[in-house]
Amino acid sequence: MTAALRCVIVRDLLLAARRSSDVLTVLLFFVIVVSLFPLGIGPEPALLRTIAPGAIWVAALLASMLALPRIFASDHADGTLEQILLGATPLGMTVAAKVFAHWLVSGLPLVLISPVLALQFDFPQELLGVLTLSLALGTPILSLIGAIGAALTLGLRGGGALLSLLVLPLYVPVLIMGAGSAEAAAAGIGGQAQLFLLGALLVFAGAFAPWAAAVALRISME
Amino acid sequence: MIWGSWENFLAMGGYASYVWGSYLVTLALLIAEIVLLALRRRGAIEGVRSRNAASQGKR
Amino acid sequence: MNAGINWFKYSSPQTFFPLAGKLVLCFGVLSAIACAAGLYLGFFVAPTDAQQGEAYRIIFIHVPAAWMSMFLYVVMAFWAGWGLAFNTRLSGMMASAIAPTGALFTFVALWTGSLWGKPTWGTWWVWDARLTSELILLFLYFGFMALQAAIDDARRADKAGAVLALVGVVNVPIIYFSVKWWNTLHQGASVSLTKSPTMAATMLTGMAVMAFGFWFYSIAASFARARCIMLERERASDWAAGYAKGSA
Repeated sequence: MTAALRCVIVRDLLLAARRSSDVLTVLLFFVIVVSLFPLGIGPEPALLRTIAPGAIWVAALLASMLALPRIFASDHADGTLEQILLGATPLGMTVAAKVFAHWLVSGLPLVLISPVLALQFDFPQELLGVLTLSLALGTPILSLIGAIGAALTLGLRGGGALLSLLVLPLYVPVLIMGAGSAEAAAAGIGGQAQLFLLGALLVFAGAFAPWAAAVALRISME
Repeated sequence: MIWGSWENFLAMGGYASYVWGSYLVTLALLIAEIVLLALRRRGAIEGVRSRNAASQGKR
Repeated sequence: MNAGINWFKYSSPQTFFPLAGKLVLCFGVLSAIACAAGLYLGFFVAPTDAQQGEAYRIIFIHVPAAWMSMFLYVVMAFWAGWGLAFNTRLSGMMASAIAPTGALFTFVALWTGSLWGKPTWGTWWVWDARLTSELILLFLYFGFMALQAAIDDARRADKAGAVLALVGVVNVPIIYFSVKWWNTLHQGASVSLTKSPTMAATMLTGMAVMAFGFWFYSIAASFARARCIMLERERASDWAAGYAKGSA
């Protein structure tokens, strides 16, 4: 089974590499949205320092959501998804593999570029680690929960907006814990509690979301 | 009764707009839901009738 | 073996339809009585609050509506899950029937909460744990309704909605906890609508009676909507045709 899963991951990564513009657009969207906050609020450094974790996290949320339809849509369009459903590998595992590949392509770049963006907000350098770690823990959760939404809205009209409506309320705890960890660190009380909770959410989502997404896929593909 | 008069009751100690604003909007929403349900019921019955009329017309 | 009612008889739309009709009437009347009693308690028995004056009387709608909004979401998720697990059509219809009423009470909780916050705390919106959670709950309801509206096939809509509702119901405690945490950390928003009047017994009784009134109303409205859904989906069946002919 691991061979089959490795195959799924490699295939998805290859496909993403061939369509690198998709990946880069999401990254660029993230950067642009983060830059919009100072433009909207004003360049005052103290204010920006305060909003930095929240702004970066909200932008990461939106960028993640933008990338979600891609998990299943292209496979659905060319018929691969039906073959996957018929295959021997448990669907939950395949979904987990696809989500992992999706995160590598859409989530990890956000994590890696976030310290640079945080510096734009004059966020304290010693706290960059907390912010990056929170995103590293949080973006996989976003991909996992988002996969459920993507599976439910497969092939529906009004896709992207409907997907956002379904998925954003479920993102709220991740946002609160993620941004909260960096804010708490900035306030001097340390963000460990939130980071641990994020870790717990990640484990929980990792255990259940692929299975829920698999159920949703079967429902959508009937 | 704890209110001295009708005026006192309606005035709600100066908070009339908030208290009555809450109660009246709630009442309006509940009535709207009931009305919409009645309309939906009528539409559903019409739908059944028209579907049966159509299928009988085909025979 | 002929003991007791055969409950499974009512799991088909055809047999449940007339029963639901009677229950709509019955619970509608009960609701009117309970609400009348609750309003009487709220306006003519409960005393004026020392700190908030008469403004606190909004609580007799705000708290029962909030309770209903959460209760109805759980019930909706229960029926949706049951329908997903056992493939019973009626359960899915019931879940879809409950959603709009649940969303309505969520909105009522938010509206009354806002109108309560303005005179007591000075702002139209307070980011306290309960109001913020209610807001997210409203989005969860809307998501459920939007998803079902976007899917044409009734069976797929039922099952997809069920997955969403179950994921949602698991998340509601997580959301509430994280919002509560967020609220207590950011001490600026330390005002809380939940801590307000010290509860005189009459206030609690008034709230409880209103809660029953809203509960009975929800049952009546959900069953009435379920009847509409049954007629819409089972348009082609004989029992529907018979009913439509009968009700002129």
